[in-house]
Amino acid sequence: MRVVRLLALPVLLVLAWWAVSGSSFYLPSPDRVGRAFAETWFSERLVLDVLPSVGRLLAGYVLAGLLGVGLGVLIGLSRRLRATLEPVLEFFRAIPPPVLVPLIMLLAGIDTPMKVLVIVSGCVWPILLNTVEGVRALDEVLSDTCRMYGVRGASRMRRFVLRGASPQIMAGLRQALSIGIILMVISEMFASSSGLGFTIVLFQRQFQIAEMWSGILLLGLLGLALSVLFRGVERRVLSWYYGSGAERA
Amino acid sequence: MTRTGSLGRLGYGLAGLGGLLVLMEAVPRLGLVDARFLPPASEILGTLAGQLVTPELWIALGETMRGWALGLALAFWAAVVLGVVIGIVPGLRGLTSSTVEFLRPIPSVALVPLATLLFGPSLGSTLMLVVYASFWQVLIQVLYGVAAVDSVAFDTARSYGLSAWSRVRHLVWPTALPYVMTGLRLAAAVAFILAVTAELVIGSPGLGAEIQVAQSSGAVPAVYALIVLAGLVGIGVNAAVRLLERRVLAWHPAVRSEVAA
Repeated sequence: MRVVRLLALPVLLVLAWWAVSGSSFYLPSPDRVGRAFAETWFSERLVLDVLPSVGRLLAGYVLAGLLGVGLGVLIGLSRRLRATLEPVLEFFRAIPPPVLVPLIMLLAGIDTPMKVLVIVSGCVWPILLNTVEGVRALDEVLSDTCRMYGVRGASRMRRFVLRGASPQIMAGLRQALSIGIILMVISEMFASSSGLGFTIVLFQRQFQIAEMWSGILLLGLLGLALSVLFRGVERRVLSWYYGSGAERA
Repeated sequence: MTRTGSLGRLGYGLAGLGGLLVLMEAVPRLGLVDARFLPPASEILGTLAGQLVTPELWIALGETMRGWALGLALAFWAAVVLGVVIGIVPGLRGLTSSTVEFLRPIPSVALVPLATLLFGPSLGSTLMLVVYASFWQVLIQVLYGVAAVDSVAFDTARSYGLSAWSRVRHLVWPTALPYVMTGLRLAAAVAFILAVTAELVIGSPGLGAEIQVAQSSGAVPAVYALIVLAGLVGIGVNAAVRLLERRVLAWHPAVRSEVAA
């Protein structure tokens, strides 16, 4: 029964897609897209285009995470620093990340460093600002208790500051992940000779419609896989938080 | 901070902004970074001021805001109507959840090639990306909101003979409204990002296209000036939606008692 409920609408939608697919040049039938998917992506493209893209995304994302959490803790712990930097940081966050692509191309060329830098420059703000917010909202009683019990230095950082701020940090990381995927694709659409974004636009320019759709499908699956992965990590990291009966924000 | 109050905060904040400007002025002037790649802050702001008096800039800005507003409005109403229907009709939520969970994480930029084919560099492309990206933000929140309706209150309303429409109007909508506003706030930011992205990548008219033109013609100060402008507009968009949120929810306890939601 559960399986039926889960699959009923998707099956119906694919059938509807099949039914209308003949009517337009731009909408090939599902089986053609499926075949194009197998032929296109289960080939050397997987190694030449898909894996490097994903690698750059992860590299940029991890860098942004380290940078964002590190600076965020630093800023969050100091009241003055926070008050000084908050407007500046809010401004940087308000800049739509994709507009930085032309700028970073200017500064860092069009190779891998540019793409990783683009991803870092977009992902870092939500992580940074959420970390600041999380550190700021740490429980003062707990903070005093830590001091009383002599919990200091690295141990205090790990067990109290990072742990206490982790719900906000995870919220920032979640926002950053979707920005990261957008930037991965865009940085490759701009000036590149390989990568997922480049390949999909190439198919479109050559009117390889079924292949183009298969690329869109692949990006969708990638987004889905990353969000499932993220939810798994989040549930792990925040198990203490959900366990304590706190509601998900 | 409580003693010095908001005035002290403001002072620190202004000092921070001033510091950024000084830094951006000094770094290229001292030759730490080539001024061809990072013009001094005064030059960037001067370029921005120069651009602000040209009609072209305002036309571009208007195009961007039109794509943003239209796309956001379309996505918002579609998501609210669909969300309420899915949330209220029994069984519909279970039926649609797998599809929603599959479609939601698809990055909207994946639709760039499709939008290019269907609409070319025009408002249609912008709208397609903006609507897709912001629709899910609102829909998810509406679903949460409708799920938050108290079942006793719902049953009470039914036994008092309230029609389906009045139940939605007087019970479901007020309960879901805080969630809806959260969705709108998230969607407004995403919609602005995607509007600019569509212009940048596909070339639909607007701020993004201006940045692309400035970059390819090597007008570096103009690139910076337009990015600063995009940031300012982004701040404006966020502030406007927050204001709207407070207005619409002025009756809500969370806003009345000034507790940050």
